[in-house]
Amino acid sequence: MTMTMDAPIPAFDEETAIDRKLAIICSKGSLDMAYPGLVLANAALGEGVETHLFFTFWGFDIINKETMGHLKFTPVGNPATHMPPMLMGLPGMTAFATHMMKKQIEGIDIPGVPEFLEMITDAGGHLWACRMSADMMHLGEADLYERVEGIISASDFIEISDGAQTIFI
Amino acid sequence: MSLTTIAGHEVHVDDEGFMTEYDEWTEEVGKQLAANIGLDLSDRHRDVIRWLRDDYCEQGETATLRRVSTKAGIPTKDLFTLFPKKPAKKMAYVAGLPKPAGCV
Repeated sequence: MTMTMDAPIPAFDEETAIDRKLAIICSKGSLDMAYPGLVLANAALGEGVETHLFFTFWGFDIINKETMGHLKFTPVGNPATHMPPMLMGLPGMTAFATHMMKKQIEGIDIPGVPEFLEMITDAGGHLWACRMSADMMHLGEADLYERVEGIISASDFIEISDGAQTIFI
Repeated sequence: MSLTTIAGHEVHVDDEGFMTEYDEWTEEVGKQLAANIGLDLSDRHRDVIRWLRDDYCEQGETATLRRVSTKAGIPTKDLFTLFPKKPAKKMAYVAGLPKPAGCV
């Protein structure tokens, strides 16, 4: 049933939306654990939410120039692959599973990790690297994706994420 | 769904105000929808809107930001400048299309 009325106007610029802030801590460096943070960050930015990503520990592989384009997926110890566990540790299985997953990701037109980070920063997202991880791995700013804004301490991140909803991945 | 008048045209909109009938959209309606959300359309805006409508016609769903930037070649940064804060939804609203359903 239809009736005539004044057209509602979507509340795109409501105050609450403008003030919202999201902090995502990326601590894992496998392909399947990198994407959730990237997808959420991109979605939040598209909704006008200020978004910060903090890369720590294994998550460093996502912003390390050497590794960011070659993240891997291993089915070992992952019951959600629904494959016999004994087979998952066989040689070549990680390469195969990674290849399959990348194909699936590309198949639905989702960008690879470097391009995804470019998209996120184009949308206004902020990338931060963890000081302790950088020290542990002997990496400096030159080793990291150029759009990382800085290598910062955990307390710096706590300051930056003041008032943010925080997600740990 | 309800019937309303935008820029002198009778159009169907959903509860949020997004148009539901592709063929009811005109450039004038688009201009009014843009004004509703504080946008003054430039040629650049109109290029995006036109591409979005053509793409919807072919694909049957509203393009995501990623699709607009890769297929239409309009950089993400520009989309955020043209349609600040919530580009994907604002573009769809002005183009008289449903909100994009894709995640990326």
